[in-house]
Amino acid sequence: MALDGNAIGGLLLEIFGSDMTSAEASCAACGAVGPVAETTVYVRGPGTVVRCRNCTSVLMVVARVRGLNCVDLSGLAALDADPPR
Amino acid sequence: MAGTAVRGRLTWQVATVAAVTEETDSVRTIALDLPDWPGHRAGQHLDIRLTAEDGYSAERSYSIASADGEPVMITVERLEDGEVSPYLTQELRPGDQMEVRGPIGNWFTWGPHDGGPLLLIAGGSGVVPLRAILRHRQRSGSSVPARLLYSSRSLVDVIYREELDQYGGSAEVRYTLTRNQPPDWGGFSGRVDDAMLARVAWPSSQRPLAFICGPTRFVEAVAELLIARHYPSSRVKTERFGGA
Amino acid sequence: MTSPVSRGFHRLNRPADAAAGKLPPGQHVTTDFPVLSAGPTPHIPLQEWTFSIRRGGETLRSWSWPEVQDMPAETVTVDIHCVTRWSKLGTQWRGVPVRALLDQVEHDAQYVLAFSDGGYTTNLPVKDVRGGQAWLAFDYDGQPLAPEHGGPARLLVPRLYFWKSAKWVRGLELLDHDQPGFWENYGYNNYGDPWREQRYAGD
Repeated sequence: MALDGNAIGGLLLEIFGSDMTSAEASCAACGAVGPVAETTVYVRGPGTVVRCRNCTSVLMVVARVRGLNCVDLSGLAALDADPPR
Repeated sequence: MAGTAVRGRLTWQVATVAAVTEETDSVRTIALDLPDWPGHRAGQHLDIRLTAEDGYSAERSYSIASADGEPVMITVERLEDGEVSPYLTQELRPGDQMEVRGPIGNWFTWGPHDGGPLLLIAGGSGVVPLRAILRHRQRSGSSVPARLLYSSRSLVDVIYREELDQYGGSAEVRYTLTRNQPPDWGGFSGRVDDAMLARVAWPSSQRPLAFICGPTRFVEAVAELLIARHYPSSRVKTERFGGA
Repeated sequence: MTSPVSRGFHRLNRPADAAAGKLPPGQHVTTDFPVLSAGPTPHIPLQEWTFSIRRGGETLRSWSWPEVQDMPAETVTVDIHCVTRWSKLGTQWRGVPVRALLDQVEHDAQYVLAFSDGGYTTNLPVKDVRGGQAWLAFDYDGQPLAPEHGGPARLLVPRLYFWKSAKWVRGLELLDHDQPGFWENYGYNNYGDPWREQRYAGD
């Protein structure tokens, strides 16, 4: 089921310690920039997969392994938690 | 990180059910007593966690249905094959407890300083965060013009009908019913399309701010229609609830 | 602080007594068929669909949809076990044994990397896909496999956790050395035997 970054606000809060839905994500594959809230998110699988809405490349994967969040951010060129409005 | 200052946001806190209100046959609003709630912005959501006696736990996210300053409320729609929503809408009663984390979500929020004019488009239970926006707008005395276009299957499925009908003045509420309409229905019929938006959406020249919430397919179809009406994508905020 | 119990809340599907002995550790039975994905559902026209066996970037053999449909197929009833802890018992599938496809190619590879439309991959030992317990499945429950469940065709390897049963599979890459696929790269077990509860790397 395809949701958006709003759906993982709580998960990202757990990982980053602050609300990341307005954080600006830059796709390492296509360069598209936009708020995390507008990424395409797949939940309910073995892990949470966050994809670029523009090119569908994987931006971020969070797998819950033995109670710990294992986070892979290698699909992001940048993640700016405090972008200029 | 200062312990007390972040406690409400980063940790789970215990919530006690204060009241339940049946909105429709399958939708219920739950008011929660949350003594450490830090306040919230209209459009934000919270996460709940239920723990069974055997230790099994389930987490879900729900949009906050109330404005800041009001008791924290969520509105839950019962999904037939659901694990949590049947419990919340049928079994849960005042005095029961759950854990809550929030408020969450800095993107899909509105406050008077965000301006407008506001175009709110709801599909089904997507009306919940938009109702919070309208309540906050009213409580803050804002005169930002607002229009809500609310799509439901039929009249019995419309949530908050009485409350929405009392908005007048600079807040206009329009309904569309997609599956069936009562005799002498004065609202719209059928899915949201460009012809309907032509009658409801602010012209792009007024630099409107749009919020769309509902099932994924609904949100994406409506967002596309607004972009086609020259709304800049930065002025179209979306929240997808999954489902159809 | 321990979590308070939410009075009256319980898991949706309670393990059935009848399932006792049929369930790997940590699993519970479900009667629905959850849809779990790592990406959007691809839609490929059948006339463009192929299944290939490749090695080192070269296609050794390829089948079109009609060619696969022409091969002898089996109807099987199997239990499936997802690493997210749901199991579905007695699921019925129809498909071509992977062995029948692999045997048409001469090779000495020990491992395969199954690859799918949309970029998903998962790795398996060749002996697991040749051993009579792996199919290229295109029907589920007597109907053509729905896109959200992996249609037109998916890999079906019921003896391993279901993430190994790659949806939208388009072929197998023959490997000399084992190579982790999508979930294996993100912390999941390289092999994934539910009976030994091999969920995560290092289990």
